Order: sequence, then C-alpha cells, then structure tokens
Amino acid sequence: MKVMKRRYLAVSIDSHETFSSHEFMDAVWGAVSKLFGEYGASQVGLSLIDYDETSKSAVIRTWHKTLETVRTALASITQIGKKPVALHVLAVSGTIKALHRASEKQPIS
Amino acid sequence: MKRVYADLHLCADCDRMEQVSQVVSKASKLGYGLVAVPFRKFFEEQIRQVRETCEKAGVDFASRMDLRPRTPEELVTNLRKLRRRFEVVAVMCDSKTVARQAAKDRRVDLLNFPQPDFRRSFFDAAEAELASNCLASLEVDVKPLLTLEGPARIKLLSSLRREVTTAMKFHVPIVISSGVSDGMLMRKPKELAALASLFDLSGTYSLEAVSKNPAEIVKRNREKLGQKFVAPGIRIIRRGKDC
Repeated sequence: MKVMKRRYLAVSIDSHETFSSHEFMDAVWGAVSKLFGEYGASQVGLSLIDYDETSKSAVIRTWHKTLETVRTALASITQIGKKPVALHVLAVSGTIKALHRASEKQPIS
Repeated sequence: MKRVYADLHLCADCDRMEQVSQVVSKASKLGYGLVAVPFRKFFEEQIRQVRETCEKAGVDFASRMDLRPRTPEELVTNLRKLRRRFEVVAVMCDSKTVARQAAKDRRVDLLNFPQPDFRRSFFDAAEAELASNCLASLEVDVKPLLTLEGPARIKLLSSLRREVTTAMKFHVPIVISSGVSDGMLMRKPKELAALASLFDLSGTYSLEAVSKNPAEIVKRNREKLGQKFVAPGIRIIRRGKDC
C-alpha cells in the first residue's frame, strides 16, 4: 500500500484585524474550492492543527502531493470577511516539531 | 548557491517616500533580494533616495522605466533618450504595432501586456519569435490574479496560459512580478511561483521566473551601463599609453 506523506504548513496571518479559527479555515476552504473546484478541494485533505489568534499564526496539514495546491490557494486569499489580509507560508515540514523549529527562524510581522 | 529572489515591478509612488519605504521593507521581510521601482521621469535625486531606502532595508535596487508609447516612433525616441539612464526598461504594449517594435528592439528588457484587457494581449507566435531573437522577456504581473474574481479571472488565466505556452515554445524568458503598490497584496517569492502554476508555469520554470530571469536582466544591464563596457563580450581591462 502506498504511504500518503503528510505536510504541515506554518502560516502567518498578515492583517490589522483578528479572525477566529472558523473564519480562517472558511477562507482557506473557500480559496481552494474557488481555484480548484470541489473535486480539487476533496483531494487536499486539509485540516487545522493549531491556531493562535493573538500571534496571528496557524498550522495546517495537507498531503505532500497537494502542497503546491494549498500554497497557491493561500497566496490567492486577499480578504477574510471583507477585511484585507495576506497569508504567508513561513515553513513547511513533515513533522510538527521540525515545523516549529523552522518557523521560528523567519517571522513576518 | 542560494537563490536571489527579485520583484522587478513594485509599483510604489516615488513621490511618496513613506509608501516606497513601506513597500521596500515589506519586500525585504518577504525574502526578496532585488527590487525594481518604476519611475515616471528621470529624477536623479529621487532615484538616489529610493536607492538609499533599499540599502537601509538590505535589498538591492534597480531603477526601472515603464514606457507607454502610442506609436512605434514614440517608443524609439523614448528608448534613445532613456535607455542609458535606467537599469530596466519595460514597455507597456497597448497596441500591436508598439508590441512588435518593442519585441524587435534589443534595448527593451520587458514586454508587459495589459492583462485585464484580454483583447489587447498581443503576445502571439510572431511576437514571441521577434522577442526570442532579441533580449526581451515576457513580464507577467500577479496583481490582477489577486484582485479579479469569477469569469474575469478565468479569462485572465486562459489568456496567461496561452501567452506562457507561446513564450516557452519560442524560449522567451518569463519574469513574474507583483505589480502591486499595496503591502497587503505582496506575496513571498515561492507564493508568486505557486500562483504561476495556475497558468501552467510550474516547477523550476516558475522559480526561475522570480529569481534567475529577472536577476540576469539587471546583471546584463549593469554591465552595459558600466564604463568598462564596449560591446557584448568586449570590455576595457586597462587604460593607458602602453595598451
């Protein structure tokens, strides 16, 4: 059986406003389905692992194969609930531990 | 060797230095090593100020001129006047005759087509063949991809896909730029490359479009604008009576 590799993405939310985890994930799912359709969205296996409203950062999980799909969708998000926002991928890793180590090195404020 | 990422189209208003400073520092944070800001006219003082701002932010700066001529003759006149004053010269091709002239002129670095207007995209096989024989690259601004939605974005992606396929067929280098003046619309280089996958430019090609291709344009022009340059492949090594 083929093993499906996972990838964790540390995402920085660049905005003057704060958003709830629901609003954030709705925006990500919305962007994926808008760009790649429902069929494409069904393949990305997206899930929210961690969300910190105060530090405006999130960790999401996807499949290794669909990493670029998710990265494209995140880059296309310009607003959440009509408030301007930019999402930047800080780091990508196969484990959460390595992800935290990598994302600490390149903060974006 | 580490890749140097470049954004050759940061559309900050050079009359407002605080906006330039904000956009440049954001570019530095996002991981760009080289940026170009377009100027409307040749103001040495303004260019020096922007260069200083970039130096403070730790980003290499290239001066850029966006030409928007109405006729091929106007383009040639402007190129004669401005080519040696700017490190990057881009032509906004609003008509087919201008696009053809720009593609066959070796002084033009970037061909930019008005993207939201699909009927005025003149980058076809003939244009690409002319550009491939010269030094011009196709510039794709990402801004409309972020700002448009629905059918307008679908048409844009279709048009860009056609242009990029033609460019790759004729080996015309592709440069991906942001084309934004607002920090919120700025994206990291890898995100720009990821967005390029929407019009079938993927893998190493898209990364080269935000790193190697723009950096080569600036390097080539800096060499040409230097005092030691005579002709391609010929430069002055030493001056004096014994030479």
